[in-house]
Amino acid sequence: MHIKRVLAGVLTAMLPCFAQAQQDTQKEIERYRKMLVEGNPADLWEARGEELWKKSRGPKSASLEQCDLGLGAGVVKGAYARLPRYFADTDRVQDVESRLVTCMVTLQGFTPEEAMKNPFSSPDRQSIMEALVSYIAAESKGMTLDVPIRHPKEIEALRIGEQLFYRRAGPHDFACVSCHGENGRRIRLQELPKLTDPKDAQKIFTTWPAYRVSQGTVRTMQHRLYDCYWQMRHPQLDYTSEASIALMVYMAKYANGGTVNAPGLKR
Amino acid sequence: MKTILSLFVGAGLVAGCVTQLSDSEARQRAEQTFREAFTHGNRQMAARVDEQDEVQALCTKYRNEPPRDVAEKIEKSQAATIKYPAPGKLIGDWRLGEKIAQDGYGMRFTDPDPKRPNGGNCYNCHQIATQEISFGTIGPSLQGFGKLRGQSEPVQKYVYGKIYNAEAFAACSNMPRFGHNGVLTEEQITHLVALLLDPASPVNK
Repeated sequence: MHIKRVLAGVLTAMLPCFAQAQQDTQKEIERYRKMLVEGNPADLWEARGEELWKKSRGPKSASLEQCDLGLGAGVVKGAYARLPRYFADTDRVQDVESRLVTCMVTLQGFTPEEAMKNPFSSPDRQSIMEALVSYIAAESKGMTLDVPIRHPKEIEALRIGEQLFYRRAGPHDFACVSCHGENGRRIRLQELPKLTDPKDAQKIFTTWPAYRVSQGTVRTMQHRLYDCYWQMRHPQLDYTSEASIALMVYMAKYANGGTVNAPGLKR
Repeated sequence: MKTILSLFVGAGLVAGCVTQLSDSEARQRAEQTFREAFTHGNRQMAARVDEQDEVQALCTKYRNEPPRDVAEKIEKSQAATIKYPAPGKLIGDWRLGEKIAQDGYGMRFTDPDPKRPNGGNCYNCHQIATQEISFGTIGPSLQGFGKLRGQSEPVQKYVYGKIYNAEAFAACSNMPRFGHNGVLTEEQITHLVALLLDPASPVNK
């Protein structure tokens, strides 16, 4: 509550800034980011995520501590910097969220439907996924993003993601590239990364999940893509769909080499 | 030694072929993946994105940079889709145009009221009226549009047509085909024409 009030205060204080020139606005946003970087509200999500990771839950009354996020059962440190990746046990390329679903099913005994029931928080219901992903991402903070694109299925995901990035459809004829194909563009005041430019991709991809001030919660990369397709006037993107993960692998191709700085802090 | 080397190279090439999808295979897999990605929403919406029309398919294929002959084909076919109002009816009310330009409502899966008119979302991509400083930069600035070009009938027709179907003027443009795709009505488009051309509009102040 306190954090929310402080944020609201900061935002209100910022309002007059919007009347000034664009560069000033951008500078103010940067300053505001810096101010809050020490106290990102996502800290609370990280702490709750760690608790949830260690807590016995589900029909099997087990924790997630034996979950294999790609670096071996129970290894959380550095795992997020190497996701998505191919997992032999599921024979799929998985991002952190689809892998969490796998572990909730195999270790805790949930059905996949149960595990995927509440991926995104709404005002009246908090998602455990956002907390778990915050915790796992924070355990890779400062590490170099190194998403493997070597296994045939990882390479296949990259190729599929590339096709999807350029696929125009729907009543607005939009594709990902419509907004993310050029440097220095904006939607309203929101700056857009050119996702095929390593400079932009390294800066942006590595800051998800992120606490979103406008939404009052941490949002994950799955939510970012769901939100993009919503704005693109596409239907509701399925949580952990193969397409969503393929797009992440395509983005990671350009973001690799960047430094993980998640959970980030965004508008 | 040479034989062994060439064997290695040969094996490498074969392995490469196994792991590497051809472009058309990648396209097919992507289409399949796309169709499997939207299973929970409204089926009508899914049908609307599953099948690309010719323009969407060509612009996807050429990544928005079609060769000249393809671009000409697109522009010609799309020009034929534009339905113009009667002469003298091309310019509506710039005040209504400004509202439409600001409004982002419509056609998202959380927009439940099909009776509420769609917005044009123009400010998301364009600078338009001077006093609105929250504007996007995906499209060019339209400030002073009418002041620079006047408001003769050919200019009115051009603006109307461009909003109705931008692909008729620049193949694989990022701009949605607002009229052709049924996002905006013909009347709404005339209000946007007024927003850009009317000397009283804040765009031309």
